[in-house]
Amino acid sequence: MNSNDNNQKHILSLLVDNEPGVLTRITGLFSGRGFNIESLSVAETTEPNISRVTIVTNGDMNILEQIKKQLNKLINVVKVLDFKGTPFVQRELALIKVRAKPEHRAEILRMVDIFRSRVVDVGAEYYTMELTGDEDKIAAFLELLKPMGIKEIAKTGSIALAREKK
Amino acid sequence: MKVLLDEGVDTIFGFPGGAVLDIYNELVKTDIKHILVRHEQGAVHAADGYARASGKVGVCLVTSGPGATNTVTGIASAYMDSIPIVVFTGQVNRNLIGNDAFQEVDIVGITRPCTKHNYLVKNIEDLARTIKEAFYIARSGRPGPVLIDLPKDMMRLSTEYKPIKEVKLRAYNPTYEPNMKQLARVISLIRKSRQPLVFTGGGVVLSGASKELTQFARKIQAPVTSTLMGLGSFPASDPLWLGMIGMHGTYCSNMSSSECDLLIGVGVRFDDRVTGKTSTFASKAKIVHIDIDPTSISKNIPVDTPIVGDCKVTLERLIKLLEDEPEKDIRGHRKPWLDQVKNWKATKPLSYVQKDIIKPQFVIEKIFELTKGNAIITTEVGQNQMWAAQYYQFDRPNTFITSGGLGCMGFGFPAAIGAQVACPDKIVVDIAGDGSIQMNIQEMATAVQYKLPVKIAILNNRYLGMVRQWQELFYDRCYACTEMDHAPDFVKLAEAFGAVGLRAAKPEEVVPVIKKALSVNKPVIMDFMVEREEGVYPMVPAGADITEMLLV
Repeated sequence: MNSNDNNQKHILSLLVDNEPGVLTRITGLFSGRGFNIESLSVAETTEPNISRVTIVTNGDMNILEQIKKQLNKLINVVKVLDFKGTPFVQRELALIKVRAKPEHRAEILRMVDIFRSRVVDVGAEYYTMELTGDEDKIAAFLELLKPMGIKEIAKTGSIALAREKK
Repeated sequence: MKVLLDEGVDTIFGFPGGAVLDIYNELVKTDIKHILVRHEQGAVHAADGYARASGKVGVCLVTSGPGATNTVTGIASAYMDSIPIVVFTGQVNRNLIGNDAFQEVDIVGITRPCTKHNYLVKNIEDLARTIKEAFYIARSGRPGPVLIDLPKDMMRLSTEYKPIKEVKLRAYNPTYEPNMKQLARVISLIRKSRQPLVFTGGGVVLSGASKELTQFARKIQAPVTSTLMGLGSFPASDPLWLGMIGMHGTYCSNMSSSECDLLIGVGVRFDDRVTGKTSTFASKAKIVHIDIDPTSISKNIPVDTPIVGDCKVTLERLIKLLEDEPEKDIRGHRKPWLDQVKNWKATKPLSYVQKDIIKPQFVIEKIFELTKGNAIITTEVGQNQMWAAQYYQFDRPNTFITSGGLGCMGFGFPAAIGAQVACPDKIVVDIAGDGSIQMNIQEMATAVQYKLPVKIAILNNRYLGMVRQWQELFYDRCYACTEMDHAPDFVKLAEAFGAVGLRAAKPEEVVPVIKKALSVNKPVIMDFMVEREEGVYPMVPAGADITEMLLV
């Protein structure tokens, strides 16, 4: 196994029973067995009794294999999808509150435009923007806003779906 | 209650309390036998022993709070050893859950990582289906414990009972039938192999595949070794039998695993007590692994040919595929390997020398002889467990009952009670140490109350022997806190409970004591005053290659 295989990021998408305690079973499995969760997001699907959990995790192929098997073993986990090797779309959503000094406002709005972000709240001193995209895009946006002074951010975990055949 | 009867439940091990009063009130109106234990941990171990001896699902019923928390060790032990039990716990009224009410505890939260699955039932309409599911989950696939938490106020309600025929769970579908392509690969590996070794485990016992395993090993003329949990799945009286493998495995088992060119693991999980150093384990061999639980495969040791399937079904298929294989050819190919194995067996057999002081191994051998190998043996944990595994020769499955994975002291005696309830006509002997037996000795009252003639053989060395052995070998003989200077007089203790107490202090007293114990139809404690610093050998230091055995 080559070395860059050792700590790869993986996105797992699980379909699970929408019942109390299911999320604890999943996160408990990760903590109890020493696996990593980088991000996690949960929401209902179109089927009301099924939720989708998207987990970003890391580890080598053996660890990933164990994670998938262990998740499959949980009685409430209906399906485990690993996006490795298949095309997929991935998004995160970030809310960013940035200091908007009068001399910076035009610049901020220009960046908002370039990144296809949106201003969702305007205060006396701060603008709040929303941005969706993959991890890299959000990181790049934050980097550019940093000099203006970021007050706080809220970010979701990744969500993902496989691409359909073209 | 009706669901329980439908599931064939005839015995419940339990301890009543406030939150389960309503259940108890109904329970006594049925034909289900209730065994009142003296501590809830005892109830779970007894249900575990019952399940292992009978092959059925063991059932416990305890109250909320402390009743529930006392079951945790037993549940964890059953989980590690994949034993099918269903534990019912009481819970406070639904409107009080989360309120820190009297005797409230989040037992579903506590047991989540040590049950196969668990439930908090909030609607009486869901109860029947939940119980049905619980039994199905407990016994199917890789078996395991399932817990059902029952709020008191809900159990006061009644609902119409509609029998449920079949359980179907969308996300739970164990694979019983193996992949035929993989089986073909195994057959070709077997044909190519000159030095195969069959390695059996608890999965074979659980799936009832001992007959098939024996047939398979004989057909391919491969020697057989076993994990602690697999003892009895292959007859110890068969010439192909090598004894247990691993930390306290026999010399020939450990050497064979290291030298074989094909290792066929059936219903095993390559535990660290078996493999020692994983990087050198069976390093010359192609490894085939048959198990119903995919997570066990390639978890600790990379496997060449994985087969997910039930042990019994898989072995049946393999035997069928091997049907036309000419027996004479196989025997011819195997001769050098079997000679080599025989040679290892002869040069370094398990051994001890009996002089003036009773040797614990001698006690086990005599128990084996005097019960003609027909007893159900349970063990506590430590040296007593290892000597029982080494010196009692198990020819049949479901006759060796031990806390293998969790290694839980205090397991053997309540498990023996459960086994005796399941098999009233069998002799049940708990091989114990003076340390372990004190962990659940209160169950003597249970044994006496229900007239369960369980025999306890205490190998009394007045030490926590296994820990002392590690201190002797790896901690410069600093026996920190392992000397049990003070213990009760076990003979008097037995008598105080209304049981029979016997003691053997000299080697010549061993046989008469065992004979006497076997002749009385009552619970008996046999207190054998054994050599204090006897060790269990061979021993592989933790994490070392398993051929690096200390043989003494």
